[in-house]
Amino acid sequence: MKRWLLWLPLVLFAALALMFIGRLRQPDDGLIVSKMVGKPLPEFTLPQAASDRPPLASSEFARGRPRLLNIFASWCVPCAAEAPQLEALAAAGVPIDGIAIRDAREDVDAFLKRWGNPYRHIGLDARSQVQIALGSSGVPETFLIDGQGRILHQHIGDIRADDVPGLIAKWKAAQ
Amino acid sequence: MIAELGLAALWMAAALAALQLLFSVLGLAQGKAELLSGVRPVAIAQGVLVLLAFLCLVALFWRSDMSVALVALNSHSAKPWLYKFAGAWGNHEGSMLLWVTVMGAAGAAVALFERALRRDTHMATLGAQAAISLGFYAFLLFSSNPFARLDPAPRDGQGLNPLLQDPGLAFHPPTLYFGYVGLSVAFSFAVGALVTRRVDALFARAMRPWVLAAWVLLTIGITAGSYWAYYELGWGGWWFWDPVENASLMPWLAATALLHSVTVLATRDALRAWTVMLAVVAFSMSMVGTFLVRSGILTSVHAFAVDPERGSFILALLAIYIGGALALFALRVGTVREGAQFELVSREALLVVNNLLLTVILGVVLIGTLYPLMTEAFGHKVSVGPPYFDRIAGPLALALMLAMVAGPLTRWRRDRAGVVGGRLIWPLLAMLGAGAVLGVLAHGRLSLLSFFGLVIAVGVALGSVIPLFKRNLRRTPLFVYGMVIAHLGCAVSIAGMASDSAFTTEKLIAMAPGDRVESAGWTLHFDRVAPLAGDNWIAMQADVSVSRGGAKAVLHPQSRFFTSPPTTTTESAILTRWNGQLYVVLGEQLEDGRWQMRIWWKPFVTLIWLGGLMIALGGVLTLIGRERRGWMLRLRKGSAARGTGEEWA
Amino acid sequence: MAMKKKHQRLVLALIALVAVIGAGLLAASALKDEAAYFYTPEDAKVKGVEPGKAIRLGGMVVGGSLKKQADGVTIAFDVTDGKAVVPARFTGIAPDLFREGSGVVAEGSFDRNGTFIATNLLAKHDERYMPRELEGMTYNATSHEMKAQ
Repeated sequence: MKRWLLWLPLVLFAALALMFIGRLRQPDDGLIVSKMVGKPLPEFTLPQAASDRPPLASSEFARGRPRLLNIFASWCVPCAAEAPQLEALAAAGVPIDGIAIRDAREDVDAFLKRWGNPYRHIGLDARSQVQIALGSSGVPETFLIDGQGRILHQHIGDIRADDVPGLIAKWKAAQ
Repeated sequence: MIAELGLAALWMAAALAALQLLFSVLGLAQGKAELLSGVRPVAIAQGVLVLLAFLCLVALFWRSDMSVALVALNSHSAKPWLYKFAGAWGNHEGSMLLWVTVMGAAGAAVALFERALRRDTHMATLGAQAAISLGFYAFLLFSSNPFARLDPAPRDGQGLNPLLQDPGLAFHPPTLYFGYVGLSVAFSFAVGALVTRRVDALFARAMRPWVLAAWVLLTIGITAGSYWAYYELGWGGWWFWDPVENASLMPWLAATALLHSVTVLATRDALRAWTVMLAVVAFSMSMVGTFLVRSGILTSVHAFAVDPERGSFILALLAIYIGGALALFALRVGTVREGAQFELVSREALLVVNNLLLTVILGVVLIGTLYPLMTEAFGHKVSVGPPYFDRIAGPLALALMLAMVAGPLTRWRRDRAGVVGGRLIWPLLAMLGAGAVLGVLAHGRLSLLSFFGLVIAVGVALGSVIPLFKRNLRRTPLFVYGMVIAHLGCAVSIAGMASDSAFTTEKLIAMAPGDRVESAGWTLHFDRVAPLAGDNWIAMQADVSVSRGGAKAVLHPQSRFFTSPPTTTTESAILTRWNGQLYVVLGEQLEDGRWQMRIWWKPFVTLIWLGGLMIALGGVLTLIGRERRGWMLRLRKGSAARGTGEEWA
Repeated sequence: MAMKKKHQRLVLALIALVAVIGAGLLAASALKDEAAYFYTPEDAKVKGVEPGKAIRLGGMVVGGSLKKQADGVTIAFDVTDGKAVVPARFTGIAPDLFREGSGVVAEGSFDRNGTFIATNLLAKHDERYMPRELEGMTYNATSHEMKAQ
């Protein structure tokens, strides 16, 4: 009786730990993956968002080379946090286009001056219409678009330093 | 260079921790004295090195060295100096480094200053401490290196988020962390005592200051956190039974129980196994709390950066330490000789009651906090809120208060029920009197819980000072004062809680500038509302003149809008009087131009936090009172023994 | 009254065991009454919720249903999950993000007429906070719209 009692705390603790493990293994249900992954990019033509970059249209994407499409905004803190990672991706040769959400040109200019400008084209999506069409639920998000204009991959949230190699590998695999 | 120096110091500290563990394990297993004599110097060197690593990180933040990733992500050259400084631990990596630094420093202190403990237990304790530190070193070095460089370095950092620039946020988390580390030292002592099977009064006396210090810090942390939530969230409440709050409450409950049982063990050499168990439970609760908060498996109103990977790491550490300690407990405790006996009517027995009630409250809070997780496994979605916790924890806490009245008035070992009853006569009469007065004055307006809360608070307040009666107050030991003040603090706090829930008047109205409203004897005049610009926010600020009797003041509640990221917060305005607080919140504007206004008059609500501070003060006095003589003795012994080079045998 | 020397430890261990079990039972009995289960409007309509029982109701605020009462601090609105509609009422300062078409989790209970009396409205604070209970619904953080799938 007494021997058995001594092991009871350990058994209770083990049950607790198992429950924690079970919960940890479940995917994070706070994120919603876009239904657009695997489908062609919706068509859009956006006006210029930054003074020194051309505007962006969906036709830029179906030209045989995979590209990254980064959804950002000058008012978004995590977007600033991911700027070094985007620079690193651009430095590795990955072409990146941007869509600025609910933004204004002077704000975007200031943001790019402040945090660096890894983008080739930047379109202004003043009313989030393209963002919604893409199935993106927030900023920042990054899509990998293949050479035929199909969405291959969606990265939700800011790109962390340890995400960079994976994104480069995915981009290379898409070629 | 500083970053590289810091990283090198961290690696070396980790290596020394491994060495410390090795020396201790091998020395104890093979009985080799020369290995054991290496443990203390290694522990001290480890403490010094990890402190150096931490200072390096602080220096990096101080100099805003943006080539270090952690600094670039969490600081900004234009930050006020306080937040640059606090930025060092205001993030995951830095806080983990702070944790391991405090642990290393505590280990060095245990190595340096602990003289009374048996040598083998002392070495086993240091070994256990090294084992815990090692886990955190591994965590830091392999998955969250605080010294990682950024190449190329950005021109400036990103951490200018104004919402995080709050003195409360700068010092609240480290206070709780220090408390958790203190519990980890207590845990190491318990493991050490189990290893050598020396669970005795000597061990309890060595462990007690760490438990006391940890408990004081947890008390301060919880009190401050509660006040922060009270004024910052603008909901008028001071405790929400939120998972993050519960995560700090659970270790406190366990530490409170441990504090009392370790006193029994130190004074009377009873409750041996139970004290060891509580030390393990207290540290487990601090780890479980950290895990729940950091892994994000429970959703909370308090935002935290969460990361499942880090959660897994903490969980792994938790499983190794706690699982190992509980297995050791099961294997060893049967062979620990039974401690001293006590009678059914004795202070020991009442402290057992205290411990049981605290344990039950802890269990109830733990189950309530985890219940949503458990039901989710079966497909039900559930949230457990204040009604559950209030209904269960409230009565149990009041029962605990009753034991608190009787405990200090009962003798150790054995007492006579009649005599104890005689000593309890005044508190009992006071409670009856208070009950009668309240019953007549506030008949039907009080909930059962607040009624008993107020009545019992009166009894506890009187009962807690009775130990001072008929004593020479000058010659009364400091730790008795500590106990009296801490218990009195409980009464004060309970009275504040009961008063707040029983007598708060709330008014929710829509007002146009120029309107006047009466509430709880106060006259509030809504003078005007005007925009106001801050550094990175704009606010609508209302001027509300309030008056009662001759007292007059102007309150300025705000509705603040931050631009980046776009968020709205309400800044409540609070007027503190000796007998309560007037709490005003500005809501939104209606189409017809009126503004929503929420007004609370909360009589004696400040007693809640005043009581919390008294409890902490009582702990500090007890700590000084209990340890002062030991410190003096050690200082003298240390200087006497210095000549021989061997201070202890 | 003296406990036998041999038995004291066993007695204490048993007391501890009783305390742990007691805590579990106490918690279980209280949880049966007090745990607020999560309901969608459809759940509430189909299963039925007794008046006065504390629950959480989650869904989206029906466009055009939000009405401010004359006192300025009470609002009435309808909550839907796309399958059923429940009328609700709330007195207090509604969170900033609460508006027509937005997702909401309301804490409170039903009155006898089937109106949900909310005591608390939970709003989204974080850019991508999603109450776990609303799994299976899509939420657009940009437009603050929620749709049942």
